[in-house]
Amino acid sequence: MTQAFRIENGGLINRDKKLSFKFNGKTYLGYEGDTLASALLANGVHLVGRSFKYHRPRGFFGAGVDEPYAVVQLFRNGETEPNIKATEQELFEGLEAKSVNCWPSVNFDIGAINNFLKIFLPAGFYYKTFMWPKSFWYRIYEPFIRKAAGLGVASTKHDKERYEHKYEYCDLLIAGSGPSGLAGAYAAAKNGAKVILAEDKPRFGGSLLTSDVNIGNQSGKDWAEGIIAELKTMPNVVVKNRSQIFGYYDHNMLVMSEKVSDHLPSTKKYHPNKRLWYIRAKEVLISSGSIERPIVFGNNDTPGVMLSSAAKEYLKVYGVLVGRKPLVFTNNDSGYETAIEFKKHGVDPVVLDSRKNPESEIIDEAKNLGINIKNSHVVVAAQGYKKVKSADIASISEDKKQLGKIENIQCDSICVSGFWTPTIHLASQSGNKTKFKEEIDAFVPGQSKQNEITLGAANGIFSLDETLKTSFKAGSELSKKITEKDNEISIPNVVEKKSSQHDKFWCVPLPEGKNYKRFLDFQNDVAVSDVEIALREGYRSIEHVKRYTTLGMATDQGKTSNLNGLQLVSEIENKVVPAVGHTTFRPPYTPVSIGAIVGREVGKHSKPTRKSPMHSWHEKNNAVFVDAGVWLRPRYYQRGNENLFEGSKREAKNVRTNVGVCDVTTLGKIDIKGPDAAELLNRVYTNAWLKLPVGKARYGVMLREDGIVMDDGTTTRISENHYHMTTTTAQAANVLSHLEYYLQLVWPELNVNVVSTTEQWAGAAIAGPKSRYLLQKLFPNSDVSNEGLPFMGYMEGDLFGVKARIFRISFSGELAYEVNVESDYGNFMWQKIMEVGEEFNIQPYGTEALSTLRIEMGHVAGSELDGRTIPFDNALEGLVSKKKDFIGKRSLQRSAFTSEDRQRIVGVVPLDKQTSIPEGSHLVKDDKAPLPNPKLGHISASCWSVEYDNPFSLAILKDGKNMIGQKLFAMSPLKNKVIPVEIVSSHYVDPKGERVRS
Amino acid sequence: MLYINCPHCGMRSQNEFSYGGDASVKRPELNKEVSDQEWDNFVYNRKSLRGKHLELWQHISGCRQWIKVERDTATHEIFKTFKADEEVA
Ligand SMILES: [Zn+2]
Repeated sequence: MTQAFRIENGGLINRDKKLSFKFNGKTYLGYEGDTLASALLANGVHLVGRSFKYHRPRGFFGAGVDEPYAVVQLFRNGETEPNIKATEQELFEGLEAKSVNCWPSVNFDIGAINNFLKIFLPAGFYYKTFMWPKSFWYRIYEPFIRKAAGLGVASTKHDKERYEHKYEYCDLLIAGSGPSGLAGAYAAAKNGAKVILAEDKPRFGGSLLTSDVNIGNQSGKDWAEGIIAELKTMPNVVVKNRSQIFGYYDHNMLVMSEKVSDHLPSTKKYHPNKRLWYIRAKEVLISSGSIERPIVFGNNDTPGVMLSSAAKEYLKVYGVLVGRKPLVFTNNDSGYETAIEFKKHGVDPVVLDSRKNPESEIIDEAKNLGINIKNSHVVVAAQGYKKVKSADIASISEDKKQLGKIENIQCDSICVSGFWTPTIHLASQSGNKTKFKEEIDAFVPGQSKQNEITLGAANGIFSLDETLKTSFKAGSELSKKITEKDNEISIPNVVEKKSSQHDKFWCVPLPEGKNYKRFLDFQNDVAVSDVEIALREGYRSIEHVKRYTTLGMATDQGKTSNLNGLQLVSEIENKVVPAVGHTTFRPPYTPVSIGAIVGREVGKHSKPTRKSPMHSWHEKNNAVFVDAGVWLRPRYYQRGNENLFEGSKREAKNVRTNVGVCDVTTLGKIDIKGPDAAELLNRVYTNAWLKLPVGKARYGVMLREDGIVMDDGTTTRISENHYHMTTTTAQAANVLSHLEYYLQLVWPELNVNVVSTTEQWAGAAIAGPKSRYLLQKLFPNSDVSNEGLPFMGYMEGDLFGVKARIFRISFSGELAYEVNVESDYGNFMWQKIMEVGEEFNIQPYGTEALSTLRIEMGHVAGSELDGRTIPFDNALEGLVSKKKDFIGKRSLQRSAFTSEDRQRIVGVVPLDKQTSIPEGSHLVKDDKAPLPNPKLGHISASCWSVEYDNPFSLAILKDGKNMIGQKLFAMSPLKNKVIPVEIVSSHYVDPKGERVRS
Repeated sequence: MLYINCPHCGMRSQNEFSYGGDASVKRPELNKEVSDQEWDNFVYNRKSLRGKHLELWQHISGCRQWIKVERDTATHEIFKTFKADEEVA
């Protein structure tokens, strides 16, 4: 294919480098520096998609971020991405793209039947029609909408690309590198401020790239290049292209998405695809420019109708003619700039100006070039289906109500200019109270809430001279405040043509007897008639009109549609535009990839993985790991082909008959020191702590102020003023914060320090009837007899030269000890335990066996201490002191907590002694009762009792105290199980607790 | 994301902190008779203020100190921050 619409010379593309690409399966050529849009237009391709609702043919409307139509599905390096604007996607060798929202093809689209049924698809159609009957929704409406709607298909594959996050701080952040951004950045940089200048396009310079102006002795474009080159050499300046600042958040935090690799055929090794910058700026200069407004007329969505500024950009930046017979339809001088560019390249445009007798330098230039200009003329309707073929034009009366005789003229494109809308999204997101500026019929930033200032066209200033002056000044003054330096900059002279006043005209009336669709929102197919219906049906608030009609709700966020929508509402409602108000601007300004937002926190990196010092031993010995919070813990150590059930049963049984060892490093550990440490414990725990002797451990329960159990664990008095607290793995961080809260805020008079030592100690629990023999061999110089180290005793020992802490505590119900050594010796300790334990048939056991052992003993853990239970519910009321006060005590007097039939922990055994009861099952009296069947309690934990060789569960059961011996049903609708059960004591094994004391 | 001036560490981003609720709540003294109403007010009842609010934050990924932050709940403006034991003027 030849690039028939590419002019011979000119543009900023690299003509030495041809690139081949595919669109809808067909191969084309373009140049390096093209966008997908400019390359398609160079090849004369105007039809790129179908509209959202009516499936009308869609072409290109803009040349950048404002593009409402040309959204494509992109294929790159074996991946696919939807919702890509062809006007933003840079061309690379081998690029492939497809149209979206059309089936079976863009040229023959079945959904276009909607276009002929459009009388049935007015505003609110979906709300009204698909409401009823309800049963139709899943079967008919939703599949229909899903098939018909959508702007592309998300990939279902794992994304191979990498995305990064970066945090940055600066003095001045400048959003946009047009004239105002460059001037502001330059002035601030010269004062030594730390500056970040962000530009969303690949090229810096903004409007200077396309406007015919001189700054100093240079063209605007050359001046911009010089400034950028100098800024890049300055160490205090970061200059970023392809970087869109899309959100302005609290306390001057802005977020920017940098497209690092999207312009390349594939991402370079070690490079991210995108980088998300979180930037905290002392001051923000918003120089985001303005977007041209369309004028609304009949069939104004036909491919070939586009913004006049876009046509100029395609010509000046890419060397592409959007047509050979263009019509320029304007209400201001900008349209003439486009017409002049056409004329300069040998194309004869016709200009229709809605104004009666405009005069200005630019218009004079156009006249001198012999351009055909028709004043007081408008486009009534575009003609042509897949491409503009002609235009119906007419003269218009001064009050813009009456059309003259309609005349049809041949044209292949219609370039529209309805004046300019400042891009105020960032300012508005920051909390700025925007105001309506009559002279330009648009909103501009008003009172700032945060440290931001808006400059240039974004602030409604369209004169380059004024823009440069105010921007240099703003950059200089804001930076001076920060750096206290003041380097004078001479502001260059500007040569620009003066413009005349634009016409406050935005919508061409319908000619008599015609029913043309006049679109406001091109992406969501919202026409003038839709907004009229919404207002007729009583919608008044602009926010409601937006949602009812979907005006401005598409992925382009109404960049080209907002103001015309407001004009229409204000006209019908007979209100001024500021009284109608604009809808809220919300981030992101442009769509942001989910990948960029997630960053590197995916898969294994979504949270840290904590491993105990013995991890490598577990790995070598066939441990099957399980996630326990952020920890990886051995669930069981697999022997041969054992499954979890078999392995954990073997391990638990070995604890009950011989001795086992379990890695308990993950337990939270808090070191508590100070003369008031005992007093703190006494207030934090429900039981008494003031008389715990040195060298003794005690089990304790702590409550929240609302009386609910927060955590349990043992605390040991190491020396007079030194305690070692253990917490559950899950609550470790919360308990530390809890203690800090009371020490710092509630009882600052207590002289106590707390610090987490979880990672400082490696822990091994040695449990089983033979554990003492093993301990004696590990510590031959210590007296670990029942007298030397009684139950809940503590001593320090020498483990083959390593200092160890030995606690006689048990979670398994067996005679048991816990040995702690400094983390670095964890593996050494473990190996010694295994080595020495061999003669006692030691086996390591994992979390599954650990659970089995505690469940059949009736020890509560996280599944019972679930944030809904009080001490009584867990049969821990014996630990609640009646004498002293403690955190949460007063709440235990609440009537619900003292009621006679209060829930309480019980044991549950299936009547058949065979069927395991799923955790979470509900306990009910009658399995046949009508739903909702009253729930008496729930199964909190289940195991296979190794002591009795049958299933056993714990449950929290209403009036559990009086339910022992009752027969109930455990129901699990999820697992489709109904199991007849008997309620027994929660202390299923060794109810008197003799073993731990043996 | 808020930018909070920790009185111990300086300006830090919100993601280093964890929120701790209304700082004006005072825990009833230990061993004191407390009515149900008084206790409920302490444990549960909070005003959901619009405007200036004195609240607790813990600099959890920093110095681990609990601090008091005077913040506007509507605008997120932070007026002043205080150490735990500092008098709020
Ligand atoms: Zn701090």
